[in-house]
Amino acid sequence: MDRRQFLKSTGYGLTLASAGVGLGTWNQALAQQGPIKVGLLAPLTGVVASGGREMVEGTQFFFDSIGNEVAGRKIELIIEDDASNPDTALQKARRLVEQNNVHWLIGNLLANTGLAVANYVKGTGTPYFIPIIAADDLTQRDRIKNVVRVAGYSASQFTHPLGAWALKQGYKRIATVSQDYTFGHEQCGGLAQVFTEGGGQIVQQFWHPLNTADFSPYLGQLANMNVDAIFAMETGADATRLIQQYASFGLKGRIPMLGAMNATDQSVIRTLGDECEGIISPAHFAEGSDNPVTKKFVDAYTAKYNKIPSLYGFSMYSGAMWVTEAMKAMGGKIDDRAAFIDTVLKTELTGSPLGKAVKLDEFGNPIYDVYIRKTVKRPDGKYWNVPVETFPNVSQFWTYDPATYLKQPPYSRNFQGIKKG
Amino acid sequence: MTDTTRTLTIGLVTVIVAALLPFGLSNYQVGLATEVLIFGILAMSIDILAGFAGRTSLGHGAIFGVSTYVVIYLVSNGTSPVLALAAAILAATLVAAVFALLAVRTSGVYFLLLTLALGMIVWGICLRWTQVTGGENGLRGDIRPAALYDHRVFYWVVLAATAVLAFGIWRFVRSPFGLTLRGIRDSESRMRSLGYNVPLHLFIGFTVSGFFAGVAGGIYAFFNNFVSPSTVALTQSVEGLLMTIVGGVGTLFGAFVGAAAIITLENIVSSSTERWQTVLGLTFIVIMIFAPEGIVGKLRILFRRRKPKSQALPKA
Repeated sequence: MDRRQFLKSTGYGLTLASAGVGLGTWNQALAQQGPIKVGLLAPLTGVVASGGREMVEGTQFFFDSIGNEVAGRKIELIIEDDASNPDTALQKARRLVEQNNVHWLIGNLLANTGLAVANYVKGTGTPYFIPIIAADDLTQRDRIKNVVRVAGYSASQFTHPLGAWALKQGYKRIATVSQDYTFGHEQCGGLAQVFTEGGGQIVQQFWHPLNTADFSPYLGQLANMNVDAIFAMETGADATRLIQQYASFGLKGRIPMLGAMNATDQSVIRTLGDECEGIISPAHFAEGSDNPVTKKFVDAYTAKYNKIPSLYGFSMYSGAMWVTEAMKAMGGKIDDRAAFIDTVLKTELTGSPLGKAVKLDEFGNPIYDVYIRKTVKRPDGKYWNVPVETFPNVSQFWTYDPATYLKQPPYSRNFQGIKKG
Repeated sequence: MTDTTRTLTIGLVTVIVAALLPFGLSNYQVGLATEVLIFGILAMSIDILAGFAGRTSLGHGAIFGVSTYVVIYLVSNGTSPVLALAAAILAATLVAAVFALLAVRTSGVYFLLLTLALGMIVWGICLRWTQVTGGENGLRGDIRPAALYDHRVFYWVVLAATAVLAFGIWRFVRSPFGLTLRGIRDSESRMRSLGYNVPLHLFIGFTVSGFFAGVAGGIYAFFNNFVSPSTVALTQSVEGLLMTIVGGVGTLFGAFVGAAAIITLENIVSSSTERWQTVLGLTFIVIMIFAPEGIVGKLRILFRRRKPKSQALPKA
């Protein structure tokens, strides 16, 4: 290399460097009184893209309803696609935190993307809210202070009461069919533990890979197992296929089907006909509830997006509302992150579409009145979930003492909390 | 200037410029640059086989990911980072050796499919062996040593490692052994009739290439603090191969250009549109039509056309 070239490149490098330093200070000064920047991570491409789009809709629906402003500060929503992939999610979280300097993050759908981002914000201290990510341990054994499950639920939280409800129906024998990953293990575990401790029996547990096209091997066996009910833990296309094949096998009407809340979520039953009628599932939100506040939300959402809101739309809407309540309480001055997190943890959400006040437990997970819902046909021919029974004040620990509960291993394929009897 | 000194000078200038980069970039961009370096090594390791032995591998993402898994698993269970990195590279090299044993008998599309299948096996194991790999959720931990927490410091360490590795790979393909690999690429039967042990050469070539992929994977573990089956999935192998192709197969250093192009594109485009994968796909098509020899390959050709004198030099 000749000297001139060297000088040229060095000079270029130094110019770049000084420009960078200058920009840095300028950015910082701006951040103090500028808009509140919110980073939304949602899977807009990849396997769960349809859910991701509803997440964006739900969030925007809420921020639009308050004019994108809180306590005099503008809210600037920055949306990034996590591509349903944990590495991309991590990459985008870094971008939002380090490049866009967001005040807080919200979103992600798949547990692995949420866990990756949670691990990252553990280091940066950025507040991260997860209305959809249900992985139990994020608000249990591996809790991170700045990760809060506003308006979300932990996977086993609703299947605990479902177990109690099944016992009340006099069911003695249940078999489970579930996708073989943590979300499935945890939901089945919740049901299995409560159901077997109350004297029920889990006859068989089928674990199948995600994206199973043909359920006939399982359905064939289930037909002859002499069970009182089947519990189906399915999401997305798997849920659609299982429900359809269940009906084609003639099991509908013969053996009652219980589902995880995601199995009969609007995102699934929207596309189904009468094969989904009568499925029982537990959840905090029932779009068919006659609570006037819920009704108003469902009508407004349906009018705007031309579909009944799903879990994704509802959760993101309520999650954004929850954090906004906390920001309001702080007068929009949320730059002190520790105080911000504390305020969120203390905030009681009153205005959500649930139509009743909700608060967080000391682990950052909400306590809900859990509905046992049934899918019924509306006069217009669409199906939705209508509450048939309510279990009040259900925390993620059900009736167990948190300390004792946390001593048992997390639910997995090998540990389902089944009481040996 | 001879070819060797020219390459070395260009390399040195590039390293110096790269070392100055963090002064002009934000933390996030430094992170991206670090990622470019890491994936550049992966793409270079693929180029050893694709560009110099005529074998296109779709299993290198898996080899890379094995190393990432081992580092995170060991460090979060209390092993020292250095030891964990060594163990991880060893593990990746062993996996590569196994891949090589099975794959060296084949070439062309069969080699491609066989390495693809082997990579899928690794992916399957990572997905299902939940007790060790964490299944779908993967493994997490705060494993980067405290001394390397700072983005810039980490970048410089990775840059130093990259410089050494890139030099190593460059030396390797120019060694007599590397020339034999090229001979095999150009005419396997002739090399055999000349008395060369073709399968053995390919085996060693594959294993060495796997070693470098393993180093990249190990460094990636410290960069990401997280690993899941998507790190060993087919998409990872494909992305590595795409970086090699975009940069230019057989150009070695094109790997970094390819990595930079793809990583930057992914990050810029995906922030402005959901259809970023379409944009990416179109870009690849455009590159393949106008520069089938890759960005660096094309530049080399243009450069030589302008200076016809250097045409006399042997092809690098």
